[in-house]
Amino acid sequence: MPTQTLYDKLWDAHVVRENEDGTSLIYIDRHLIHEVTSPQAFEGLKLAGRKPWRIDANLAVSDHNVPTTDRSEPIKDPISKLQLDTLDSNCAEWDITQFDIHDPRQGIVHVIGPEQGASLPGMTIVCGDSHTSTHGGLGALAFGIGTSEVEHTLATQCLILRKSKNMLVKVNGAVGKGITAKDIILAIIGKIGTAGGTGYAMEFAGKAIESLSMEGRMTLCNMAIEAGARAGFVAVDNKTIEFVKNRPYSPKGEDWDKAVTYWNNLHTDEGANFDNIIELEAENIGPQVTWGTSPEMVVSVSDVVPDPTQEPDAVKAEGMANALAYMDLKPGTPITDIRISRVFIGSCTNSRIEDMRAAAEIAKTGKVAENVTEAIVVPGSGLVKAQAEQEGLDQIFIDAGFEWREPGCSMCLGMNPDRLEPQEHCASTSNRNFEGRQGPGGRTHLVSPAMAAAAAIAGHFVDVRDIGNGESK
Amino acid sequence: MEAFTTLNGIVAPLDRPNVDTDAIIPKQFLKSIKRSGFGPNLFDEWRYLDQGQPGEDCSKRPVNPDFVLNQTRYQNTQIMLGRDNFGCGSSREHAPWAFYDYGISCIIAPSFADIFYSNSFKNGILLIKLDTKVIDCLFKEVEATVGYKLNIDLEAQSITTPSDESITFEIDGALKHRLLNGLDDIGLSLKNSEDIQAYEERQKLLTPWLFSH
Ligand code: SF4
Repeated sequence: MPTQTLYDKLWDAHVVRENEDGTSLIYIDRHLIHEVTSPQAFEGLKLAGRKPWRIDANLAVSDHNVPTTDRSEPIKDPISKLQLDTLDSNCAEWDITQFDIHDPRQGIVHVIGPEQGASLPGMTIVCGDSHTSTHGGLGALAFGIGTSEVEHTLATQCLILRKSKNMLVKVNGAVGKGITAKDIILAIIGKIGTAGGTGYAMEFAGKAIESLSMEGRMTLCNMAIEAGARAGFVAVDNKTIEFVKNRPYSPKGEDWDKAVTYWNNLHTDEGANFDNIIELEAENIGPQVTWGTSPEMVVSVSDVVPDPTQEPDAVKAEGMANALAYMDLKPGTPITDIRISRVFIGSCTNSRIEDMRAAAEIAKTGKVAENVTEAIVVPGSGLVKAQAEQEGLDQIFIDAGFEWREPGCSMCLGMNPDRLEPQEHCASTSNRNFEGRQGPGGRTHLVSPAMAAAAAIAGHFVDVRDIGNGESK
Repeated sequence: MEAFTTLNGIVAPLDRPNVDTDAIIPKQFLKSIKRSGFGPNLFDEWRYLDQGQPGEDCSKRPVNPDFVLNQTRYQNTQIMLGRDNFGCGSSREHAPWAFYDYGISCIIAPSFADIFYSNSFKNGILLIKLDTKVIDCLFKEVEATVGYKLNIDLEAQSITTPSDESITFEIDGALKHRLLNGLDDIGLSLKNSEDIQAYEERQKLLTPWLFSH
């Protein structure tokens, strides 16, 4: 047997046919659907007189538009409501399983897939959403697609793809205390840039990655797309298998044993070839904070805002200057001097139970600062919310002055009413700090959950390693 | 999908790297359940001085005179010249829909983000990757000449400048074929239905747990 990377294995197992032009027809095991990128695909299907190829491979949920406040109230925005209703009716029409807004399992599509066992190791998983790379944390080939491809998946259970190149991102050693998966991935993006992974499938490996919890691996893979890679993944190990066990959609009985045998081969063979290898030393990674309008504009909390005049590449320097103007920051300002007025803890990057625990650990140490007008905590799913409440985390947040909300995408992109006002600085655990992403004119700083909670209490960024015993994970 | 063969059109330069799909079409417009009508909101936050809402009549809104597409010389733009990592971020196909609806069916840049790249070709938009040095020259020429047009010939894989200089470009053969003929991917794939069924039968034995839900 020739040596293969994990990507080679995942790819080969899903080739239905190789086309003459060098593309392949790739089988899709799981198709996740949400309300924003699917209506035009269902409409296209109908207009062409086609029907879904395999109903049971689909799972749908509403997440982008849903309000995070009281769900018993009707949805105020009629356009959001139409989009939610359209998903309901499309799923009803084709008998596709859907977790609607009143279902306790409802949540962000990338949180509920793994939570339900609907996303499994070795699967090809797609969704009309770029952060589908999240599911790669389970050792799956998962990537975001556009609406035409959503329609293609519905109609054929396949996609026409050309194989990507292989990239290995190896993080050696162990991270210091207070450093999370979020800091690791931001540091990687800071190093290779937002286009560094373009054209590649990105495998994360090394001691620091193996040590991550499953939640951490999902956070890591979630932002592979921010490094330019459509898919990011981590090899299967015992943690993966333990995580998958006994979930509603996971295999049971004899199937389980067969699956485990299969999954145990889902790693890169010794000596397999990568087209590109990047290495980082975990011990050099500090708590990361973005200062600009692209995730690659990131530094450690102990650094200062960089100076565009020191950047040799003219196009890059101009990009930096534009970003500083938008963010209203001056070169040389210590990151810890940046004052914030809003805090958002949530999104498919950081809304799993481990994230809630890490933020609560810090929230215990004080009260939300006066200059912070709103600090919201939005769990990734109804089940995460219930678990957190069982552990009493909701009360910790509420006592400290945070708001405890209903699950959904929320202020990650502000399609629902949760939005930044122009000029506001926000400490956010989401994944994109683009201009206007969290609200027109809003200024986003991407950080880990512990760093966001710490900023909420201090009113500005602080080094989470300096807080209390600093024992947050 | 409409075919793309040749295009002779006005070029507008957008001189910034990492233009993301949130900027191309902001989130509030994603609430539409249609594929068309996004053109007036292309680059909404850069193009207008107020905050746009879906369904609003854009002809009455205050425009940002500094934004490239608002300048008289760039009216009726059909080709956009961009920088590195064009179209990064969200997978929203509303981004190519907005370009197409606006009338831009060709974008030239040193590099594009993967999902935007494949989404564009599925909507009859040709994306051309050129060397950064060539792009630098094009930026200079476009900015120096009012009414600057490029002539694009997909079959010949060539771009002709107003001074009759010819630039050739590389493109994936499969994408070129689909775009030239305006082919429907789904129809093509469904011709392989038997292969898909055979694959499923094989996998039901090898990985039965993937077929139990
Ligand atoms: S949480 Fe944010 S990034 Fe994740 S799916 Fe929702 S909108 Fe997209």
